[in-house]
Amino acid sequence: MTIEILGISVLWLFLFGYVIVASIDFGAGFFNASTIVTNKHHIVNSVIQRYLSPVWEITNVFLVFFFVGMIGFFPKTAYYFGTVLLIPISISIILLALRGSYYAFSTYGSKGHKGYTLMYGVTGVLIPASLTTALIVSQGGYIKELPSGKIELDYLTLFTSPFSWSIVLLSLVSVLFISASFLAYYSAVAEDKEALKLFKKYTWIWSFPTIITAFGIIIEMKWHNIAHYEGLLSLWWLFALSLVCFIISLLLLKRGRYGWSFVFVVLQFALAFYAYGVSRYPYLLYPYLTIYDGFTNETMAKALVIVFILGLLLLIPSLYLVFKLFIMNKPYIQNKKG
Amino acid sequence: MDSVEFSRYLTMLTLSVHVIFATVGVGVPLFIMLAHWLGLKNNDQHYLLMAKRWARGYVISVAVGVVTGTAIALQLALLWPRFMEFAGQLVALPLFMETFAFFFEAIFLGIYLYTWDRFKNPKHHFYLLIPVLLGGAMSALFITSVNAFMNTPQGFSLLNGELINIQPILAMFNPAMPTKVAHVLSSAYMTAAFLLASIAAFHLIRGNRHEYHRKALALTMKVGFLFCIATALIGDLSGKFLAEYQPEKLAAAEWHFETEGEAPILLFGVLTDNNEVKYAIKIPYALSFLVHSNLSGEVTGLNDIPRDEHPPYIIHYFFDIMVSIGIGLTLLSMIYLIGVNRNWSFIKLKLFRFFLVASGPLAMLAIQAGWWFTEMGRQPWIMRGFMTTAEGATDSDYVWLMFIVFAFVYFILMVGTAVVLTRMFKRNPMEKELEKLNGNGSDIG
Repeated sequence: MTIEILGISVLWLFLFGYVIVASIDFGAGFFNASTIVTNKHHIVNSVIQRYLSPVWEITNVFLVFFFVGMIGFFPKTAYYFGTVLLIPISISIILLALRGSYYAFSTYGSKGHKGYTLMYGVTGVLIPASLTTALIVSQGGYIKELPSGKIELDYLTLFTSPFSWSIVLLSLVSVLFISASFLAYYSAVAEDKEALKLFKKYTWIWSFPTIITAFGIIIEMKWHNIAHYEGLLSLWWLFALSLVCFIISLLLLKRGRYGWSFVFVVLQFALAFYAYGVSRYPYLLYPYLTIYDGFTNETMAKALVIVFILGLLLLIPSLYLVFKLFIMNKPYIQNKKG
Repeated sequence: MDSVEFSRYLTMLTLSVHVIFATVGVGVPLFIMLAHWLGLKNNDQHYLLMAKRWARGYVISVAVGVVTGTAIALQLALLWPRFMEFAGQLVALPLFMETFAFFFEAIFLGIYLYTWDRFKNPKHHFYLLIPVLLGGAMSALFITSVNAFMNTPQGFSLLNGELINIQPILAMFNPAMPTKVAHVLSSAYMTAAFLLASIAAFHLIRGNRHEYHRKALALTMKVGFLFCIATALIGDLSGKFLAEYQPEKLAAAEWHFETEGEAPILLFGVLTDNNEVKYAIKIPYALSFLVHSNLSGEVTGLNDIPRDEHPPYIIHYFFDIMVSIGIGLTLLSMIYLIGVNRNWSFIKLKLFRFFLVASGPLAMLAIQAGWWFTEMGRQPWIMRGFMTTAEGATDSDYVWLMFIVFAFVYFILMVGTAVVLTRMFKRNPMEKELEKLNGNGSDIG
């Protein structure tokens, strides 16, 4: 394995970490807000608050981690993505800013403020959509080269392309699916029957759209980027495995094994996510940038890998502690006073 | 105005907002820790409640700090893509380490907040603050080292535009780093002390005579005074550093045009169009003394520096604001401490307490002025000696639009934070909580 591949694998891992923790977070915010509208808020409120409060800041760090690592390992991406994505990523930043602060305001400040809760829910759906722009652009085909040599995002093509909208759709439905699956598990631990019933229902509702859009995108890829399409096809067995995990997770859900069901949801996404990542090889930004021509110098890469390993030695025990205290801790989860 | 100008303004805006919350984020954990420790040691409910209440306010500030921090992290690449492309190969290491440090802080802060009364041994809960404090200090250290690198880049060579011989550790431990990091840390602790002191003084001025506020004021002023002294000493070292490595910044800060010995320090004043200083207070020999520790040492003047490398002369005012506030706060805390010790009555006067209330906001103003001074002082460079600000900026045409949008968002955030913080503490006064605490404790939420 070359150090370039090691670098991108590490980053892909971070991105996957972000996708999972952020999905739970975004989805929870959405369910929390939508149940206000449907008058079912009292059912889910306690479970969601119990989970979110101690971990919400950790979610953001995953994103910054990915981002800083990306510029560290592949400094050229700063130029391409930075120049092109000024507006879409600024929108994400603003949404993240509003979301983070309003969460804190409503949790620690004026409890149960409905406006803040709604804001938290709405931004939770918009952020995945705006962040997805980066992924869509990296597929290629959305960058204009101006005569002056400048590069610019081609907004018209972006907004009129069914392909880009399918990716946005996929990100939305999978956020809700992952989140519902996790919250079903969490409410099962909390022995909160009503919340469990609701989240179980949500998991079913969002499961099939996820898998349908995912396959839709693979097919659309044929017209969008034939090389990438063939790359995807050559990894068909990984996608098939992902589908198997999906089916197993639903079977487990039906049998009431919520923890394992969630594990298989994560596996399903991990397989698909890595298969997708491998199929793009070696492009970071098609066709401008590969992982080889955008790579940092050897010395820095090694230093980053060393720091990364040392950092993990610090992080994994700490995350385990969080897990033990808040996520796997029955007395904490069940404690209704707060 | 073009994208370069707007990129500069937007960066300045984001950083000026972020630095408020970042300073609180680095500084306040020390005081939560001191109060918590005093509370455990003396079995004093007042200090324990103090730790709890400070922690609760602290979370709000951390939340806004996280989001503005995320904003600046992403904006670096959005607004300065060419700079990040170049410097990313040199400073990725401290940037990466900063996120680890921050991660560490975030995890343990979350645990600390939600585990009041969950440990059998209360000391275990207290120990959770150590990683919070360390994480905050470490992230300040790493991120400041990146900024220091931009001021004094080293650890690489350039051969026909290609970077060779890269040494990440050397780049991190650049000449500007030690003084900068030390100054940032001690001034953050100092500012946090005065901010918390102003809250206590505010309650005293309003006629609240509770012992709790007196204890809070005494604790924060003592520690504040110590960090005033530390900050001043480090500030002196920073001046010596500037004279050696960035003479143009020091010369612009002092409106020092002629290279000469026996150089004076100028306080305040105005600069005329033909670079004459008027109405300034002149302290003879002081600049020479500051730089060389003797009265006649020669200090480089702006006339010996190429004109297109001059920083804007306006930084003189920022320098003055920072230094005057620093000296003022040192005197204020000193008088307070002596006054308490000798039972002077005037420290209980409304006027004196008014100064105490003002001390927190003033300290924050000094932080802002200090950063404006240091950042504008390295104009026209983004990476001194290697890349100008104009070369590093984006050429996107929409930066002006983003500037307006972000200005609006930050305004909402600041107002929101202020409203939530005041409401939070007003609705839940300390006395009420103390009563409840004597019953039984509960989680922070």
